[in-house]
Amino acid sequence: MNATIALFLVQDGVINGALYALLALSLVLVFAVSRVVFIPQGEFVALGALTYATLADGGLPGSVWLLLGLGAAACLRSLASPAGRGASVRERLILLAATIGLPLAATGLAWLLAPLHPGALVSTLLTLAIVAPMAPYLYRLAFRPLANASVLVLLIAAVGVHLALVAFALLTFGADGLRAHGFSDASLALGPLTLTGQSLWIVGLTLALILGLWGFFEFTLTGKALRATSMNRLGARLVGIGSAQAGEIAFTLAGAIGAFSGVLMVPLTTIYYDSGFIIGLKGFTAAIIGGLVSYPVAAVAALFVGLLESFASFWASPFKEVIVFTAIIPVLLWRSLRSNVEADDE
Amino acid sequence: MPRSAASALFGALFSLAAAFPALAAEPAIHIGVTVSSTGPAASLGISERNTFSILPKTIAGHPVDYYVLDDGTDATHGVTNMRKLIDEDNVDAMIGSTAVPASAAMIPVAAEKHVPTITLAASATLIEPPTGDKRWMFKTPQNDSLMADAIAAHMVKEHVKTIGFIGFNDGYGDSWLTEMQRAAKAHGMSIVDVERYARNDTSVTGQALKIIAAKPDAVLIVGAGTPAALPERTLRQYGYKGLYYQTHGAASSAFLTAAGKDAEGTFLPVGPVVVADQLPDSSPVKKVALGYIHAYEKKFGAGSSTSFGSDAYDAYLRLRAAIPVALKKGQPGTRAFRDALRDALEHQTNLVVTNGFVNTTPQDHNGLDTRARVMVVVKNGTWKLVP
Repeated sequence: MNATIALFLVQDGVINGALYALLALSLVLVFAVSRVVFIPQGEFVALGALTYATLADGGLPGSVWLLLGLGAAACLRSLASPAGRGASVRERLILLAATIGLPLAATGLAWLLAPLHPGALVSTLLTLAIVAPMAPYLYRLAFRPLANASVLVLLIAAVGVHLALVAFALLTFGADGLRAHGFSDASLALGPLTLTGQSLWIVGLTLALILGLWGFFEFTLTGKALRATSMNRLGARLVGIGSAQAGEIAFTLAGAIGAFSGVLMVPLTTIYYDSGFIIGLKGFTAAIIGGLVSYPVAAVAALFVGLLESFASFWASPFKEVIVFTAIIPVLLWRSLRSNVEADDE
Repeated sequence: MPRSAASALFGALFSLAAAFPALAAEPAIHIGVTVSSTGPAASLGISERNTFSILPKTIAGHPVDYYVLDDGTDATHGVTNMRKLIDEDNVDAMIGSTAVPASAAMIPVAAEKHVPTITLAASATLIEPPTGDKRWMFKTPQNDSLMADAIAAHMVKEHVKTIGFIGFNDGYGDSWLTEMQRAAKAHGMSIVDVERYARNDTSVTGQALKIIAAKPDAVLIVGAGTPAALPERTLRQYGYKGLYYQTHGAASSAFLTAAGKDAEGTFLPVGPVVVADQLPDSSPVKKVALGYIHAYEKKFGAGSSTSFGSDAYDAYLRLRAAIPVALKKGQPGTRAFRDALRDALEHQTNLVVTNGFVNTTPQDHNGLDTRARVMVVVKNGTWKLVP
């Protein structure tokens, strides 16, 4: 290996690491607020990527049917719940707008705009409008009814949601992968390295998102409420923060971040209906290294996972995944030795 | 008469009427199919599944029922499907599965239940040696060794001495690595670097850089469908200037779309069905292959047919030729018929299929020879026959 190859590998590792960082952050967020290990995070990447690629190609993505279906199901679920039966007219109107109106509007816009081959910005916004709301709908359908169940039950529910979403993605997008054009076809020669516009966008937007999330949690009331819920659910409820609303916001953010990562990724490589799982798992590895609580540690760990993957693929490509996922073991050992054993599950 | 009794009587009459033609005609032949139309092999399995919907409904005057199930590219699921088809639907022959693991798991069931089984997976290990349990196994796709020899012969013509290998990290990659090492050695070439990747990988930068550093004259990419495009794109991106070879796993229009202009000039061995329209008119394969392609594309759209679907069609062609022979020994649904069908499948001579000519023997349950492959090159985004 020479310096040039090392530079190429670092570049590749940093780009992938940046995407894993986004996923790790949203996994930490969802777990901290709702105690759900959000396995379907990767599916949001795949759905985001496939939706964006279809839109950019001028087609109406099949994911709108999932959006409409989930919205309607979430609406019925909420109306049937004890809180829903006692809701005022105004509350019901808001519910209808959020679960029926929003998907219809997103579908209508996609149907109108897609044949015109909208630019990257419009396609990205449409993708977010189609994919991100699925997360809070799923929360209402699958996780909120189990809000007081153990972490294990929530994990199993998450696996179920993951399987259902993969099957749906195969049904609507087919088995072959999709790829799209990037935000920018520009490239910049820097010594032996060629920096593509897309990779600069990825790293830049990741940094901006991380900063944005930090600002959100530090300075806004909603962000502070989410932090309060993640620190102490009971305490937060006592001071009037609804844990259900907090969960919904956390899921929406996670869905949006997942879909956005997919949009960033699909110009780099072909994404398949089942690509999301392994990508999500790498974000999960990073989140675990951060103990599922620390945002900065998770972000740095994600960068580490990206670099490790890149160098492992050079040195020992048949064992790449083994090397990446084995990295979790020493970290877990170290964490369990260092922390005092506490009954942390409730 | 009360309403419910009337409808019951009507129902009974109706079902009797529906059953009547079957009673009058010859007993039906049941063919069980388990293919992987979901899961990792879905891009192959879907066109195999579709193929069964365009097949004629009679063979030798007997009505034929195809029971098509999906095994999700899962070996356990494949075996469950097979047992269900044999026990509940009493099938006379099995076709499947798409990938090697499920097909391998089906071998003992085929022998236990005495059901001749034609697999659509490529690996020669599924049928060799055709003794013991594997007496019941047959295979339509070309052996990897046949394809590897074609690549090696072409490389020699292009004065290649060193080869870089990047392949799937699974049975397909393993099988090709073994075959290519053998073929390269036989032709005086050496494999200087072996890299592996997974179907779902989003980046193969590390592997590509290592291959480029090893400076091989040619690189062989072993993948199937769209994922086969990723190493090719990455190698081009980092400036690899040697010759590019792919395997017949890449022979789909999805690969051409995914690889775009990066695929130009790539050589690969394929079954003749892929370039059916470029075959000389004198070739009997041309008519059969074009017949299949037209029938498939009439139902599923222009450009939709793949060589994977033609493997399923070849399984049908083999059965169509073997069934009349077996009917002389027994009636469908009996052990005698299945035994005779197995024997007939083992003694086919010069049967024309979409991928060449079948000459099966008790020693060779694949039966394809060098006429079952041609070299093609990617030119202007399509396959061009290399003379």
